[in-house]
Parts: sequence; C-alpha cells; structure tokens
Amino acid sequence: MREKLLEVKDLAVSYHGYAGEVQSVRRVSFDVNRGETVAVVGESGCGKSVTAKTIMHLIKTPPAEIKEGSQVLFNGEDVLRFDKKRLSQYRGGEAAIIFQDALAALNPTMTVGNQIVENIRHHSSTGKKEAMAQAVELLRMVGIPQPEQRVKQYPHEFSGGMRQRVMIAIAFACNPQLLIADEPTTALDVTIQSQIVDLIKELQKEKGTSVILITHDLGVVANIAHRIVVMYSGKIVERGSNMSIFHSPRHPYTNALLEAVPRLDLVNKQVLSSIEGTPPDLLNPPAGCPFCTRCKYCMEICCTEEPPAVAFEEGHEASCWLYALAERCEDAPFTWEDRK
Amino acid sequence: MKENVILDVSHLKKYFELGRGRTLKAVDDVSFQIHQGETLGLVGESGCGKTTCGRTCLGMYKKTGGDVKYLGRDIHALKGAELFAFKKEAQMIFQDPYASLDPRMTVSDIVAEGLDVHNMCGSKAERTDKIYELLNMVGLNKEHANRFIHEFSGGQRQRIGIARALAMEPKFLVLDEPISALDVSIQAQVVNMLIHLQQSMGLTYLFIAHDLSMVKHISDRVGVMYLGSIVEITSSGELYSHPLHPYTKALLSAIPIPDPVIEIQREATRIRLEGEVPSPINPPPGCKFAGRCQYATERCRQETPALRDMGGGHHVACFAVES
Repeated sequence: MREKLLEVKDLAVSYHGYAGEVQSVRRVSFDVNRGETVAVVGESGCGKSVTAKTIMHLIKTPPAEIKEGSQVLFNGEDVLRFDKKRLSQYRGGEAAIIFQDALAALNPTMTVGNQIVENIRHHSSTGKKEAMAQAVELLRMVGIPQPEQRVKQYPHEFSGGMRQRVMIAIAFACNPQLLIADEPTTALDVTIQSQIVDLIKELQKEKGTSVILITHDLGVVANIAHRIVVMYSGKIVERGSNMSIFHSPRHPYTNALLEAVPRLDLVNKQVLSSIEGTPPDLLNPPAGCPFCTRCKYCMEICCTEEPPAVAFEEGHEASCWLYALAERCEDAPFTWEDRK
Repeated sequence: MKENVILDVSHLKKYFELGRGRTLKAVDDVSFQIHQGETLGLVGESGCGKTTCGRTCLGMYKKTGGDVKYLGRDIHALKGAELFAFKKEAQMIFQDPYASLDPRMTVSDIVAEGLDVHNMCGSKAERTDKIYELLNMVGLNKEHANRFIHEFSGGQRQRIGIARALAMEPKFLVLDEPISALDVSIQAQVVNMLIHLQQSMGLTYLFIAHDLSMVKHISDRVGVMYLGSIVEITSSGELYSHPLHPYTKALLSAIPIPDPVIEIQREATRIRLEGEVPSPINPPPGCKFAGRCQYATERCRQETPALRDMGGGHHVACFAVES
C-alpha cells in the first residue's frame, strides 16, 4: 500500500449569489499518493477548479462556503483548519499551484527572478544572492535558455510557453510535496503543450512530487496520469486507473466524452456521437444522477435517487444505476454490456 | 475542375506596417483554391496568420498583394452593388461567441439584421417566420427569439452566430475557430450540425482551427500554415497518413491521443520541436521553419521553398522532400 499524501473527504463548496446557492462541489472524496499523478477531468463548471483551489485553501469565504464535514487532509493535517502562519508555510512551500493563465498569475511589476526569490526567501532563511543563484538554476531546470539574462526580465518579455515554465519554476522553488496544475496547457499551442507536459512529467519523476492535473482534455491525461477522476456537475462520476478509464469506461458520461472527440489515429466517422443538451444548472441540481437529463440509458430511478458508487476492478468505481441495479436485484432490466 | 472553383487565392499577401521600418508579415504569399461544396481546413499554431488569411479572403482586411477571386472576380476590386451582393453570399462565423454578438439586441434582431439590410423579407410576418425557421435549423426554438444573449450558454451563442450567417443564404462560409471556445461535449454537437448544414444546403467552408483532430474530421482538404505561409496542402486523409513536411510531422506527433497504450508506443517515435514560433516581424529570408527544423541545410536559410506538387494534389514547400 502506498503512502497517502492528500485525502479529500466529503468536500462540498457552495457559492452564495443573488440567485441563490450555487453548489459547485457536492461531496467529493479522493486521495493522492506520494509520487503519483492524479488527473481530474471534467467540462467547464463541473467544479474541478474550485476543488483545486480549496485544496490550496485559496477560495474566499464569503462568497463561497465550505460546507460542514468537508476535510482536506495533507499528511493527516486538515488544511481547512490551518491558521494564517501554518497556511503560509503550506502554500508555496509544501504545496504549490500553477494556473492556466500565467500572465495573470505572475506579477507584471516584478522581474521573474525576484518572483522566484520571493518564494524561496519566504520559506527559508536563504540570503538574497544565494536565492538569486537558485532562481537561475531553477530557470535552467525548466528549460529556459540563457537563464542568467532572463532572471532580470519581466513577465511581458516572455512568450506564453516560457511564462508557464516560469510558473513551474516558482512552484518548484521550495520542492513541494504536492503540485496542483490547473489547466496548465489549455492556453498553449499543441507543440508547446507537449513540451510543458513532458517537463512536468520529468520534474515529477526526478523530485517524486505528487501532481494533481486538472484538465478538460482527455488526450493530455493519457500520457501523464496514473489515476483519473472524472467529475460532472460537482460530483465524481467515475474514478479508476489510466488504463481502465480509457479502455473500459463504465459511466455513460465518460464513455460519451471519449466518443465525442475525433481521434487522429482513427478513420473519419461521418457523425460524432455528441452528448445532447447542456450540463445541469448548479443552482438547483437534479435530485438523482447529475447526468440523467443527457444520458442515453436514463431510467426512472436515475431522476429520483442518487446512484451509489459501484466498484469494478481494483480502484475503478462508477456511480451509475446501470451497475447498481444489476448488483442489487437479479431481474435488473439490463447490464451495460447489453445496452452497448 | 476549374469551373467549380468558388474561391481562388493566389500569392495573397497581407502585411501590417508597425512603424519604424518594421513589417509584420501575417500572410506571406499564400495560394489555394476552394471548390464548390468542399471544406478546406486551415491549421497552424497561434500567430501563424490563419485568421488574417480568412479575413483577407472576405475582404475584411485590405490585401497587400496577390489576388482573391470569388467566382472569377477579384473581391478586393468590387464596388457598390457587386460588393453588397458578395457580402451577402460570403459569411463569417467568429471564434468568440461572447464578443461577436451584440448584448443589447434580442436574438431575433441579431438573426434578422442582415435580412433587414438586404430587404429579404416582404412583410413582418415573413420576417418572423424566417427567424423561427433559422433558429429551428440551428437547433434552437422560437421561445429563444426574444431573449438577450446573456441568457445563453456558449454553445447556444455559437448557434445564434451560425443562424445569423445562414440568414443570408450564403454560398461560402469562413469559420474562424468556431468550436475552440466550447466544451468537448458541445463541440461535437456544433460540428455535427455544421456538417449536416453543409450537406443539406451545399455550402462551401473555409474552416480555420488549431485543433488538428477536429480539422481532420470535418475537412476534405487541409492546408498547414506556419508563420504566414502554407507549408503543405493536400487531402485530409493523405495529410494524416503521409505527412511530408517536417513541421506537419512534428505537429501531428505533438497531438495527444486519448489512449494510454498508443501514447506509450508513440513516445519512442515522437518528434519534439525545440523552441517556439519565431516572430513574424521582419523574418529572415529562406524557409521560415529552418530555425526549428532538424533537416535544415544552408539552402533552406537562403532560398524560400515554393509549394511543389508531389502527385495527387499533394503540395509541399520543402527542399528536403524528394519528389
């Protein structure tokens, strides 16, 4: 059994707006082992970024509200109960986050060198000169050419891919145990995307960091993740190893998501199998399965009761009535295989 | 073949003067033809000039050099009634469905704006019927007609943009990254709809995108752009099975495939491009890809390779490719 670094237990986050309570994350639980990459996959608005920000304790309360009973255990300590001092050690030191929009995340009025030094000196008593030398090394490590000159430049002088590398350098400045990458490659071109994914993979192997990779692109995940968590409208609908999610997806949503993307290595089909409709409104989420309104296999029970998680092979779980019913009663209407 | 060419672009150039003697060559000597009823995909990384190319093809930018001929007529020389007629027949769908629709107009006014300008409806009742028909065509219904844009999701907004373009009964559409702002499950809906509309109305598309897998799916032929030039253009099947240009090969191998087993197999043969796309401001002579190309020779840095026919309509601009 591998050692757990992070456990998210029953996490629920709501936002209070003028229209009422938006339930962004509804009782999500998952864990991350040491040295492991876990990918959280979902469409926009499914609560994946809110989950990431809550793990870093970065969401503002109010307007957000972290519901009673939510826990984020980092090495057994609850991050949500950290005081100010402990939080400042945790953020950027033990856990680091990189964002989608590096230009917005970096400070435009500071040189990138100073931004890296800031993080190093905040977490250790390193001298200024030594910290700057470390910053140069960090920039070299993330593959920025001529780091001695580049440390003195400002974020606007870097291209999109290079800015993302600077973000990664800042994140790795204090050798964090956990790195959260929130859509790190979404704004980048494919050739740059593959460079950044390779870089994260390499650094992770070298430093043994655990990575939570948040993305909407299943393709990116195939190359890097060990385990995958699929989120839909604030809930985890399926989780499993990389192999099992891609080769035997169990939840209709995961399956539909994989079929909706045209693949480069397959022959053209005339019609993509699209998922009709739109994700549910999180102001009043449906009572039963969140996917029921768009699901091809929707049954009566799906709209009224929430499906339990059904376990398949090791670590592979899907929350769907198709399996739950098949397990519970012998005369279940059908199994997934029949319907396919 | 020649008679059904709907758009003939030859040696098109679009430069932007930046002052102090600097010139940004966004589109530099691009030639291609689009035939009636086909989809030409234009792919490339950001900043390669694909959007500028699409816009110049519709006359939204003034060209710097070359020709754009729509049904045999130079569109940059059109005037008066002819220009008015061209603008009706050739429509554009924009990338950002949030920025390209007026938030102060109702959906019916947005869709009918062109109808009113071109006096295409005789009466009010006819106008309303037409609006309902168009909304129906793009998968919306008449309850949506009196709403404002902020009430719609991204996918629905993109449908409104498409309805607005279809209202003009166009023959030719430039689709500038119509799906890149949408979620995966919604992308498939919009793409299926675009394919269906093309088949039922006989439309011709210039489909601009950076997502190569989607371009492969929708296009008959694909042109790959790099820094303002087309480096390879051929049928979509041929491009993906036998890419010839080193840039196309690298681009294809950078696209992740959602299958871990295949990804492990590809790992060994993956072509990794070093560095990034250089600036299009005052580019050096020679092949624009030479700086990142592993096969680059002295000749590549001196001369600009022209598009050569490799047989079967497969054109590539590279000295290293043997005929």
